[in-house]
Amino acid sequence: MAKPIECNSCNLPATVHLTQIVNGQIKKIDLCENCAKEKGVTDPEGFSLAELLSTAGSSNSETKKGNSPAGQGLVCESCGFSQHNLNKLGRMGCPDCYKTFGSILKPMLTTMHVGTGHCGKFPEFASDRMDMQKKLSQLEKQIAKAIEEERYEDAALCRDQIRQLAEPVTEA
Amino acid sequence: MDLQKLIKGKTELTGKLSKSSPVVISSRIRLARNLSNIPFPGWAKSKQKREVLSKCREVVEGFQPFKGGLFVKMEDLTELEKLILVERHLISKELTQSAEAGAMAVDSRQARVIMINEEDHLRIQVLKSGFNFNRIWKTIDELDSAFEKNLDYSFSPELGYLTACPTNLGTGMRASVMMHLSALVLSNQMEKVIRAVGQLGIAVRGIYGEGSDATGSIFQISNQQTLGESEKEILKRLSNVLKTVIEHEYNAREKLFETERNMIQDKIGRAYGVLKHGYLLNSGEAMNLLSLLRLSVDIGMLETDWRDIIDRLFIENQPAHIQVMAERELEPSERDAKRAEHLRRSLIELPEPDFNKLTF
Ligand SMILES: [Zn+2]
Ligand SMILES: [Zn+2]
Repeated sequence: MAKPIECNSCNLPATVHLTQIVNGQIKKIDLCENCAKEKGVTDPEGFSLAELLSTAGSSNSETKKGNSPAGQGLVCESCGFSQHNLNKLGRMGCPDCYKTFGSILKPMLTTMHVGTGHCGKFPEFASDRMDMQKKLSQLEKQIAKAIEEERYEDAALCRDQIRQLAEPVTEA
Repeated sequence: MDLQKLIKGKTELTGKLSKSSPVVISSRIRLARNLSNIPFPGWAKSKQKREVLSKCREVVEGFQPFKGGLFVKMEDLTELEKLILVERHLISKELTQSAEAGAMAVDSRQARVIMINEEDHLRIQVLKSGFNFNRIWKTIDELDSAFEKNLDYSFSPELGYLTACPTNLGTGMRASVMMHLSALVLSNQMEKVIRAVGQLGIAVRGIYGEGSDATGSIFQISNQQTLGESEKEILKRLSNVLKTVIEHEYNAREKLFETERNMIQDKIGRAYGVLKHGYLLNSGEAMNLLSLLRLSVDIGMLETDWRDIIDRLFIENQPAHIQVMAERELEPSERDAKRAEHLRRSLIELPEPDFNKLTF
């Protein structure tokens, strides 16, 4: 019989299993319920794999005393950029980093800029394109549902609408 | 890359396409833009940077004004060619180090310049001679919107255009002027000016050389903040500060001639003599002498046509341009000789500055 997987932080049987892609590498972490709660794994916003890994590592071995995990902190799920990278480079890794490091950045923005909210130009076409995509996917869902319920006239109507929506886009 | 075409062409800053103006040499606006869902160049993998390059290249090359221009990848350029582009203020040093998928596009006037995979995926710039923000904003706004038709920019309604560095968030806009502040330098007032405008969120830095000791008395003045104000508001605030700086420079000029006429006449006279008859000039000295000639034009002692030539010489004075002119690599001392020769030839018909024509 296979030995139950142990929590990476203590040695109790693990019940929470996570997989994340960091820096293009798949990393797995297993935690017991208590440790998961303690490390905020249930709160997706506050969760940081790098922090978990570093604390897990240091509790298992006493050798890394000098290496404080404080510089590690958050890691961007989209691009693997860490708080350590941010502190070192003073730049972000990807657009999503602004969500990941938002709480760190906010107080800095007030001293850096005139205000903390954008008042300038909007990318008009991009927002049009996004609206368009939303509408299109909505219509496609309606078509699927109509076909399922054998309302073929409704499906045809939706299809006409998609055709009309698509026209100005291909022209532009 | 056809360097001769780039150097000899009629361009915004060095040709006869537009007239030079007193004090303000040129203005520029740049916008930082990034494509959505791709890491910023400093963190992206080379495959992702190449994807950015090919997407941007297609859009840039499809845009009419760039059709007669130039598109170059950094990896295809020699060190000398890269330096030429930096000396012409077309690209940054940072881009020249972006060997992987870094590229530049420039239109035939060298007025619209695109940097790809610098700090951000796209750096869109428009520059014009003189003090000209309204026209530049119109041009760059159109350019940006045209690109945006075919590129998905990364944008957040709260933070605006998302940029690699949080200091560029919001509008992603940096507006700047290159200013010739000779009298403020001669009367030791530059430090005071830098401190005063710094408190207003406006940055001043020397273009040639470091800090306030800028060679040639040429400074770049720009907005530091990009978030919390609209583009128009930023430009207005910056323009107001710039107008004050210009006024201070004019006042300093008048005062200089009132209180230290002999000193300034002597400096201008010597500049004229050395530029016309010198045989060895390093770039710092040449810049400072040309700066005195530019001042002479501004205050009526020389015809204004000469200012266009002086502005071109500021650029051609620099090491890479001198070596391209010589058509070979030169030792620094050889450069100084070549530089002096180029200046003597360019200024052969320069008349003596006429102190009787002094006007403010
Ligand atoms: Zn545990
Ligand atoms: Zn990221």
